[in-house]
Amino acid sequence: MRPPVDAVAIAVFAVLFGLVTVLGFFAARWRRGDLDQLHEWGLGGRRFGTLISWFLLGGDLYTAYTFVALPALLFGAGAMGFFAVPYCIAIWPLLFVVFPRLWSVSHRHGYVTAADFVRGRFGSRTLALTVAVTGIVATMPYIALQLVGIEVVIAALGLHLSVNVAGVTVELPLLIAFVILAAYTYTSGLRAPAMIAVVKDLLIYGTVLAVVIVIPVQLGGYGHIFASVAPSKLILPALPKGGLGAQSAYATLALGSALALFLYPHSVTGILSSSGREVVKRNAVAMPLYAVALGLIALMGYMAIAAGLQTMPAYAEGFKAFGTNYAVPALLLHSFPSWMVGVALAAIAIGALVPAAIMSIASANLFTRNVYKEYINPNCSDAQESRIAKVASLIVKAGGLVFIIGFPQTYAIVLQLLGGIWIIQTLPAVMLGLYTRWLHPAALTLGWLTGIAAGTWMASTLSFKSATYVLHVAGLAVPCYAAVSALALNLLVAAALSALFNLASRGPRADATTAEDYV
Amino acid sequence: MAGKSHGRLRPYHLLLLLPLFSLWVPFYNRIDPTLAGIPFFYWFQMAWIGVTVLALLIVYLLERRSGDKL
Repeated sequence: MRPPVDAVAIAVFAVLFGLVTVLGFFAARWRRGDLDQLHEWGLGGRRFGTLISWFLLGGDLYTAYTFVALPALLFGAGAMGFFAVPYCIAIWPLLFVVFPRLWSVSHRHGYVTAADFVRGRFGSRTLALTVAVTGIVATMPYIALQLVGIEVVIAALGLHLSVNVAGVTVELPLLIAFVILAAYTYTSGLRAPAMIAVVKDLLIYGTVLAVVIVIPVQLGGYGHIFASVAPSKLILPALPKGGLGAQSAYATLALGSALALFLYPHSVTGILSSSGREVVKRNAVAMPLYAVALGLIALMGYMAIAAGLQTMPAYAEGFKAFGTNYAVPALLLHSFPSWMVGVALAAIAIGALVPAAIMSIASANLFTRNVYKEYINPNCSDAQESRIAKVASLIVKAGGLVFIIGFPQTYAIVLQLLGGIWIIQTLPAVMLGLYTRWLHPAALTLGWLTGIAAGTWMASTLSFKSATYVLHVAGLAVPCYAAVSALALNLLVAAALSALFNLASRGPRADATTAEDYV
Repeated sequence: MAGKSHGRLRPYHLLLLLPLFSLWVPFYNRIDPTLAGIPFFYWFQMAWIGVTVLALLIVYLLERRSGDKL
C-alpha cells in the first residue's frame, strides 16, 4: 500500500525547495568576489565570519544521511547508535586545539586543501597525492548517501514520477534536485551552500523543536517511549568474560569518527573558508550545541518504535524499500499535519543539498590543486584553475548520482564505511604535520599504505558489513573500530621508518613553512 | 595578533580533556538513575554536551584574557 499523495505537504516542500534554489543562484552576488579565482569559488574568498561559519560547518557535518541513518540505527540496533553523541563531543576539543594551526598556515601560504599543506610542509608530491586521492575517494560515497537521503524523502512524499534514461529508471524529482544542485554549485561555488545552510538550520531546528514537544505528548511521555524499547537494546550489554564487548566498540567508534571528521575534505573546506583563526576557535566552542539537536534526532528512532510504525500497513512499502532508513519519514508522516510534514521533509532534503555541494566543491579543489595543477598542467592560469574545479565538481556529483542509480544502495554504505577507515590514515601527515616535521615523507607514505591495507583487510574479514574488528590483546578480546587500530599501525610504521630514514638522510628536508606560520 | 606566548600550554588547557570523559563507557552504561523516564545512559551523555561547551568556553575566555593562544 502506498502512502496517499499529500498535496499540502508537496506544495510546502516545493515552495521551500524553490526558495533555496533562488538563494543558491543569488549567492554568487553575495560578498561578491572574482569567481575566476579558486579561493573565491572554492573557499568563498575566506571571508565567512563566526555566524556564517557556524551554519556552514553545521550544514557540512550534520547531513541528511545523519538525520535519516542515525535514528534508523537506534530504531534497529538500539543503544549502539547513540555513539554519535560522544563522537560529536570529542570532535570539538580537537577542532579547538589543532585546526586553528591549519587555518593560519593555509592563510599565510594560500593553501586551499589539506594536500596543499602537506605538499608545502613535507615537500613531497607523492605524499600530497595520497592525501588528495584518499580525500576524493572517501568523499564520493558520502555524496551518494546524501542522494539516498533525498530519495527517502521523495518516497515519503508519495511522489512516483520516474523517467527512463538510457534504459535505467530514474526518479524524476531526484534528477531535478540533482540538476539544480549542480547548477548553483557551478555558478556560485561555496557561497551557495553557505547561504542555504542558514535556511536549512532554521528548518531543522524548527522540526527538532516540534518533534521533541509534539511527539512525546502523543506517545505518553519520554518514560513511555523508552519503556517500549526492548530492555536488551536500551543500554550496551555488560562486559563479557574475557573481553570488552560492545563497550569498546562504542568508545572506539566515537573516537575514530571524531579523529576522522576533520580530515574529510569538506570539513577542511569549512575551516579554511572562515575569515580568521578566532572564528575557528569560537566555532569549536559553539558547535557542540548541534550535538544536542543530534541526540534528540537520534531519539526519533525510539519514538518510531513506541509509535509502533513497523507493523502499520501504511508504511510497509517504505520500510520494504528503504529498511530502517524509513523510520524517520514514517514517524513524521504519522505524527504531523501535512504542512509540517512538508517542512520537515524539506529540511531533510535541503540538509542533503548543503553537504553534497560542499563535498563536491572540496573534492574539486583537491583534484584541481593536487592532481591537475601538480601533474597535468602546472602552468595553468587562475581562471583555468577555477574552471577546471567547476567542471570537476559536476563530475564528482554525477559520479554520486550514477552510484545511487546504477548500484545497490549497500555499495554506497560499504564504501562510506571504508571511506572512514581510509581518510583517518591521512592523520599523521595532516594533523601531526601541523606540529612536527620530524616525520619523514617516505615513512608517512608507507605508514599510510600500511593503514589503508590493514584497515581494508580487517573490514574484508567482516564481509564489509561492520567496521568493528576484534583485537586480541593479552588474552582479552577487544572489539575496536578498524579505523583506530589501522591508524595505530600506520603511526607505528611512520614513526619507526622516520627514525630510520632520518638517520640515513643528509641535511634538513624542504619545508615551505616556518614555526610562526602556525600561530 | 602574534604574541610571544603563542602556542604555550597552560594548566587550564587540561580542561579540554574533560569532554573525552564521554568515551568512558562503563561509567554511564546503566539505566538508573533515570531522569523524567530517560535512562542514565542517554541523559548523562546529553548532559555532557553542556559540560563540553562550558569547558571550551572557559578555556577560550582564559586564552583571550592572558593572550596565550594554543
